[in-house]
Amino acid sequence: MEKEIAGKMISVNDEGYLTDFSQWTKEVGEAIAAENNITMTPRHWEVIAYLQNEHKNNVALSIRKIGKSNVLDIKEFYQLFPQGPLKTSTKIAGIPKPASCI
Amino acid sequence: MKRILILGAGTAGTMMANHLNHELDKKDWQIDIIDEKEEHHYQPGYLFLPFDIYTPDDIIKKIEDFIPKDVNLIKGQIDIILPKENVVKMQDGSEISYDILIIATGAKIAPEEIDGMKGAEWQQSVFDFYTFEGALALRNKLREWQGGKMLVHITEMPIKCPVAPLEFAFLADSFFKHKNIRDKVELTFVTPLSGAFTKPKATAALDHLLEEKNIHIEADFAIESVDNERKVIIDYGGREIPFDLLVTVPTNKGDEVIARSGMGDDLNFIPTHKATLQAMNYDNIFVLGDASNVPASKAGSVAHFEAEILTENIKHYIKGEPLSEEFDGHANCFIETGGGKALLIDFNYTHEPVEGTFPFPGVGPLRLMKESRINHMGKLAFRWIYWNMLLKGTHIPFVSSHMEEAGKNFN
Repeated sequence: MEKEIAGKMISVNDEGYLTDFSQWTKEVGEAIAAENNITMTPRHWEVIAYLQNEHKNNVALSIRKIGKSNVLDIKEFYQLFPQGPLKTSTKIAGIPKPASCI
Repeated sequence: MKRILILGAGTAGTMMANHLNHELDKKDWQIDIIDEKEEHHYQPGYLFLPFDIYTPDDIIKKIEDFIPKDVNLIKGQIDIILPKENVVKMQDGSEISYDILIIATGAKIAPEEIDGMKGAEWQQSVFDFYTFEGALALRNKLREWQGGKMLVHITEMPIKCPVAPLEFAFLADSFFKHKNIRDKVELTFVTPLSGAFTKPKATAALDHLLEEKNIHIEADFAIESVDNERKVIIDYGGREIPFDLLVTVPTNKGDEVIARSGMGDDLNFIPTHKATLQAMNYDNIFVLGDASNVPASKAGSVAHFEAEILTENIKHYIKGEPLSEEFDGHANCFIETGGGKALLIDFNYTHEPVEGTFPFPGVGPLRLMKESRINHMGKLAFRWIYWNMLLKGTHIPFVSSHMEEAGKNFN
């Protein structure tokens, strides 16, 4: 389905995750962050860039991997994206919700 | 004479020994299987032990009773696998070389991964039920426990049998009802996932069942530590949940020997091709069951379906033929829901569990995703099937290693 985000029609799934990463822009990320009551800072964007890069390299994301990433620890991840940081951050990053769970 | 070496005589390794014993020509091939233990445990039985539904005798038999006599059972501890040299070194210093290696070393709990989990309250008010000792200690606790706040908790995914914690919560609800103390127990299911299960349609059905049984759910809880003094669990976001009795499923990891051998990921699971079950980095190594990192459930039913496909692939490999990319992630699980009923789910890599009938499309007799008594009978009958058919590699009639799409309502 399509949803208007930051003034553009964007393809998303029923949970609001982008289904086409090529439609992602910083403005789209910013708007999704705002919907989740998060104000983006440069540090937030560093983490988003890291997540996007991991996704590009087909690395399955998990809380444990974040903790061992040397980019940030889990505590900080929670401070930046409270309440389910992996779910929220991947949504802002325009990448699929991690299926860290079988 | 060439040698196939199997590491681990649990569910997966034992099934593989039986399959290969039937299929390979003994003039050319010797089959060896290594395990350090004496006993084979029916692990699904750990779920029933705490509630006095099964006794230890129901779930423990000797390993050697299930290894065919033409397969050589080696009892001993493995020190390290040297995959480049095709050698397994034992702790007693002996070395065993192989032509083909099948790794079935399984997964086990690692409570030490979480700060305070294996602390002063371990087996006092903090219990696991994924080990025999844990399940037995919990049984003794439950026999005398008079009520309070009970948490059924999952530390992180993946875990063996991802439905077992839910079943534990459902059975606990029944158990306390039966003891007439259900009103004294506040039962909460705590999970790092966003809902009861990993697949959306089953989650909806199971969330509903939790609600119906007055079991609260605390979702998205990524545990950081257990505070033994205050008896609370704390997540990375600072959220706290108090408990009187914590039943946790700790982090699950692959065997230490995999880490020592430098063959695993950060949880000691071995990178494995998800359709052929060949190890990613070594042509003559195959990985079966919980030891691999394939994105299927870590469950006996999965190992059973994998074993049928791996047997074909070992034959292909021996003949120098291309491997068949056949494994579809098929899993089939009974979910005990308490009160003598159970649900059945059937799914694979690409199809989530849905409603329908099993194993005969449109007929059943088992109903998918619906609570019923016959599903519960199926679950109990499964113990017999496990000991008498599954381990021996006997094909279970009408149940295919590939998931059947007919008879299911995907929309």
